[in-house]
Amino acid sequence: MRPGCRWGVPAPAGRHPERNARATGQPPAAVRLPLVYVSVRDRPAAAAEGPVGPTVPVRRVATTVVLLGIVSMLTDVSSEMVAAVLPLYLTAELGLGYVAYGFVDGAYQGVSALVRMLGGYASDRTGAAKWIAVVGYGVSAVSRLAMLPAQAFLAITAVVTADRLGKGLRTAPRDAMIAAASRPETLGRSFGVHRALDTLGAALGPLVAFGLLAAVPGSYDSVFVVSFAVAAVGVAVLVLFVPARRALPAARLRARGIMKELTSRRLRRPVVACALLGLVTVGDGFLYLSLQQRTDLDASLFPLLYVGTNAVYLLLAVPMGRLADRVGRGRVLIGGHVALLSVYLVAGGPVHTWTAVVVSLALLGTFYAATDGVLPAMVSPLVAPEARASGIAAAQTVVVVARFASSVAFGALWAAAGPGVGLVVFAVLLGAALPAAAWLLAGRGSGGTLDETRPAEVTA
Amino acid sequence: MNPEQSRARRVRTLVFLTVMALAMGGSVAYVADAYGDRVREVPGTDQTATGADLAAITARPHVVFRNAAAGPAEGHVAVVAIDGADGPRAITPAVCDRVYATRQNAVCLAAQTTLNARSYQVRVLNADWSTAQDLFETPGLSSRTRLSRSSAQIATTAFVYGDSYNNPGEFSTRTTITPATGGGPGLNLESFTLLVDGRVIKSADRNFWGVTFADDDNFYATAATAGKTWLVRGSVSARTLTALRDDVECPSLSPDKTRIAFKKHGDLPDGQWRLAVYDLRTGQETVLAETRSVDDQAEWLDDAHVLYGLRTGSVQHSTTDVWVTDAAGGGTPRVFIPNAWSPAVIR
Repeated sequence: MRPGCRWGVPAPAGRHPERNARATGQPPAAVRLPLVYVSVRDRPAAAAEGPVGPTVPVRRVATTVVLLGIVSMLTDVSSEMVAAVLPLYLTAELGLGYVAYGFVDGAYQGVSALVRMLGGYASDRTGAAKWIAVVGYGVSAVSRLAMLPAQAFLAITAVVTADRLGKGLRTAPRDAMIAAASRPETLGRSFGVHRALDTLGAALGPLVAFGLLAAVPGSYDSVFVVSFAVAAVGVAVLVLFVPARRALPAARLRARGIMKELTSRRLRRPVVACALLGLVTVGDGFLYLSLQQRTDLDASLFPLLYVGTNAVYLLLAVPMGRLADRVGRGRVLIGGHVALLSVYLVAGGPVHTWTAVVVSLALLGTFYAATDGVLPAMVSPLVAPEARASGIAAAQTVVVVARFASSVAFGALWAAAGPGVGLVVFAVLLGAALPAAAWLLAGRGSGGTLDETRPAEVTA
Repeated sequence: MNPEQSRARRVRTLVFLTVMALAMGGSVAYVADAYGDRVREVPGTDQTATGADLAAITARPHVVFRNAAAGPAEGHVAVVAIDGADGPRAITPAVCDRVYATRQNAVCLAAQTTLNARSYQVRVLNADWSTAQDLFETPGLSSRTRLSRSSAQIATTAFVYGDSYNNPGEFSTRTTITPATGGGPGLNLESFTLLVDGRVIKSADRNFWGVTFADDDNFYATAATAGKTWLVRGSVSARTLTALRDDVECPSLSPDKTRIAFKKHGDLPDGQWRLAVYDLRTGQETVLAETRSVDDQAEWLDDAHVLYGLRTGSVQHSTTDVWVTDAAGGGTPRVFIPNAWSPAVIR
């Protein structure tokens, strides 16, 4: 599943302590946080852009974050439009076999991790995160048009791979921009809002695509053209309205400096914790399959499992981000994995009813809401702003690679012993990994994150 | 805001509005044009004649297929006489994505697209093409279907896909054998015992597709596991699948039951296959004269000729035809029925 599917509406109105702080002329809470790497220069973009005045309604998150969310939403509408019709297009229109489709989609896996790192690194080295992101979004947009003449299997493989590489390239610089535009104490909320918009786009894409195919049956080229148009508007929003916070050459780190940041002790512990947790995270495809088999769920309802999880993810992304800001990102990350552990137990346990399915989906949605956006929110304050994109990329890559390894292991276990045993084994492993991860995330005096990312003084 | 800034802002807004206008205008124009093309195509710009007499054709040896000629009858099941395959076709009222038929019945896979998923209905048709029974609905893309010669058993293959975060592109086939009299989705081949070189294979990545019946109990199909495909011989009553030979996909048994036409991947690039024939008695394999990649379950016209669907031309201007080539290799492939797909021969 591509996680992501919740509303992009701002969180419900409430108190805005950081705004109050600014309005009363107090220094932002960030300055008082014991975080060496959050400098005053790094203040929220909202203060530097857009009309700010006493009569302007208070915005909940920085404009940049909302704009990047809109860019992601449009790009996701675009890419999910194509993803939704691609299997049909390849098999029904081009007559390719489904085995071939599996290859198309799996081809990029290894390269993607590499490109993600590259995107982070290039973004830090050039100090031009925005333009690296523009290249990433641009490549994906152009790949839609390239679908029009591509008919041979290899050509389509190339186009699909280009799209994925664009995605790999843009993720880290984009997350670094979100971090740079947000106050450190509201990072969780910023990422929550971004992921909410992103997921909304992912949910809308297939609807638009199938709507088009219903209106003009068989016109896959219409889907590709509209998909390109939507992506182009997204790139335009990024290019025209998202401020480029280009770092001065003097403020940039050399390769060695970035490496030093990546291997710093502050980053090491949370990254090791994430790797540990990633290694015992069962892919949701397996979880759905196991739920379906064990509860004898009608196969035609299978897609609803994705929809259910995404709906919960959509609803909880912002609240979880806010919770992470309040109680600590490491804690919410651990909490998310406790929810995942519960999914293993419910899905692998003895109760095979509808209730078990609903509870599992709710827990799985909670897991995504508590981890997907919280991870960059947790990592970004631990890295110097000059190496932030690389740091976020490193953490995300570690998680992706660890989860991939876990999927392979779980697949083997499933084949050997069946889903029930597999889930129980992974529940035990996750249960053992959780205290270790919590200890790694909490480690005091070593730049730990469980406590130190907690903005204790938000209510200034 | 100083004048320079406000001017820059105005320029940005103007540029954005232009991009928006181009994107929206372009999209609307393109889709409207595609829609217009489709509407214009309907009153028979295609030269395919469709007015033949249905009863007259079905009284003789004929081919049942999916009509792929643009026009109001696109997607309908059609029939042509074997001795006049490129002549006028007769259109039936049934609409199917994939069809197979015997003299008594036809099985029709009819796609149902909803907004979040695709599924299809497995439908049994009477001799007069009316719906005898909707057997079951199954998710995924319909792929292959076959009836046993007595019409007692129906086999269907669906491609079911999940776009998992961690297992990208994971796909699976779901192949079932169902009594034509109804009673739900029947037997899933995954519940059968798979034997390769005498060893039972239990791995979770087993996939099965492309059934061809020998009789109501015995059949052949494709099994795949660990990156290899196998020709398997199956028994419905024994619930077993026994591997006979590797690198065989979508088998099709000849009328005299001595040979299997199939898709061979060999060392071709992914997603490409050659048509070949495997002799069950001698174990000899013959690659057929068709040099283009064929992704279809072949159908035997008679004991000497094989039919298969092939799409040619560019995506926007492609045609799908049923081709014929010699089962013994050699010869030159030629179009057997233009604008057609999913053939079933009624001898």
